[in-house]
Amino acid sequence: MNFKEKNRQINKEAKITVGLYVFFFIWWFAFAYGLGLRDISEYTYILGFPAWFFYSCILGYVVISALLAFVVKKYFKDIDFDDNNGEDKNNG
Amino acid sequence: MGNMMILIPMILYLLLMFGIAIYTNSRSSDNGNFMEEYFIGGRSMGGFVLAMTLIATYSSASSFVGGPGVAYSTGYAWILLSMIQVPTAFLTLGVLGKKFAIISRKINAVTVTDYLKARYDNHFIAITTSIAMIVFFSAAMVAQFIGGAKLFEAVTGYSYVTGLIIFGISVILYTTIGGFKAVAITDAIQGVVMILATTFLLVAIVNAGGGVENITAKMIETNPNALTPTAGGAVSIPFILSFWVLVGFAVLGLPQTTIRCMGFKDSKSLHNAMVIGTVVVGFLMLGMHLVGALGAYVVPGLSGDGAIPGITVQILSPVLAGIFIAGPLAAIMSTVDSMLILASASIIKDLYLNYGKGKVQEKHLNRISFITTGIIGLIVFIFAINPPSIIVWINLFAFGGLEAAFFWPTILGLYWKKANADGAMLSIILGIGSFFIFTIYSIKPFGMHQIVPTLIIALIAFVIGSLFGRKNSEATIKLFWEE
Repeated sequence: MNFKEKNRQINKEAKITVGLYVFFFIWWFAFAYGLGLRDISEYTYILGFPAWFFYSCILGYVVISALLAFVVKKYFKDIDFDDNNGEDKNNG
Repeated sequence: MGNMMILIPMILYLLLMFGIAIYTNSRSSDNGNFMEEYFIGGRSMGGFVLAMTLIATYSSASSFVGGPGVAYSTGYAWILLSMIQVPTAFLTLGVLGKKFAIISRKINAVTVTDYLKARYDNHFIAITTSIAMIVFFSAAMVAQFIGGAKLFEAVTGYSYVTGLIIFGISVILYTTIGGFKAVAITDAIQGVVMILATTFLLVAIVNAGGGVENITAKMIETNPNALTPTAGGAVSIPFILSFWVLVGFAVLGLPQTTIRCMGFKDSKSLHNAMVIGTVVVGFLMLGMHLVGALGAYVVPGLSGDGAIPGITVQILSPVLAGIFIAGPLAAIMSTVDSMLILASASIIKDLYLNYGKGKVQEKHLNRISFITTGIIGLIVFIFAINPPSIIVWINLFAFGGLEAAFFWPTILGLYWKKANADGAMLSIILGIGSFFIFTIYSIKPFGMHQIVPTLIIALIAFVIGSLFGRKNSEATIKLFWEE
């Protein structure tokens, strides 16, 4: 990869990272306040935890970890950090 | 004597840290480039060490004692808040990692200021960011020391000063001797200790309470608000959302975080660190805050910063308590050590070499670096014995102040070609300035934390300065974009 290709790949990875970040935010927010703002008498429980907490925090944590592992493996590339002045080095 | 049983595992642990520092020092002393070895560990961190050092650096006293202490009184809402920190690790590494890896190798950067200097080529920026870093870090280190010594006092029964001497001296010594590499390796071990400590305590508290269902039943009976995501209205949504800025994405601006993106070995280390970091930080946040929230219904009658030490002493056997207490102490030490090495780097590299003596011999530099690190450590230590109120006051601004100063210049410098020195300067001045004003007069628009309006103002300032200010030199564009 030459410098420009590296830069393009890095920008792409940064966008994917931000996307995952936003995904976790929405998941966290939607379950916490979607399920949690009702009256306590209507709460359901999973493994002893309030359902909103189970989905938002516990499941959310598991989901983001798994998704991250998958995305990193699939879309992130090996980039040589040393300056190779645009010479072709096919390690991507 | 219960006291000794807690103390012995702790001291063994500290001796181990010390041994590591001596080992790294003896191994790296024959390498040619002292600065790169001492301040950035020769850019050799692997994935596991990178993940752990990043986590250990930003999980401080507050993640182990402060936060869970609040969860103790508010309940699940505070766990929800703590989970905001989970994606921070992968965001930092994913956005900054490779950019910094490339540019720091190109310009031989060992500090964040090195990068800012190369990007903006401006003395004002280099000097103000260095000074901001030294001042804020010193105050933050004193605060961490105070937290650690208080915790030590609460758990072991020995005095505040004894605690300060035991762990304060060890952290100063191993950082001074071993440099960044010792910091990173001890951070990794401390990360493991934090995981173990969290696991022990969580299992113990759930067992002691007769299972989660039982504890929840008690919660419904005595304090149902603790089950809600707003703690019955005490934790408002705008308030919690601003933490997505303060301990969320604005952490990208913290120099102690960004510097780690200059120190790892290769792409694979980075990829692994993103995953490991997220898994571990999630476990620690969830685990420790659950201990706090559930603990309130197992070991009642405690409060605030006393909650976690109180729970520890009551439900763990002394030896386990000794190992556990090493967890938060590890968190504190690993925060202090990275600030200490950075403050030292900033004085030597950013100020002394740039604006002081200029050329210094390698061997000489070696000694100056050891001495500087040691002296900063000692000053912080002395302040912590009897903290002057000015330090406590400055510490209030440390976290947000650093974010206000560094966030936009760091991020936009990497990703926006038009970002220039005038924009960065305006952003730093107005950012720090407005953060101070908002905090002093406690101005909180819509119930949000001060950091939110601060960063908005700093962004506007940055964009205006960059659009209307002086253009970047061709050399800068060539260096960063090769065009």
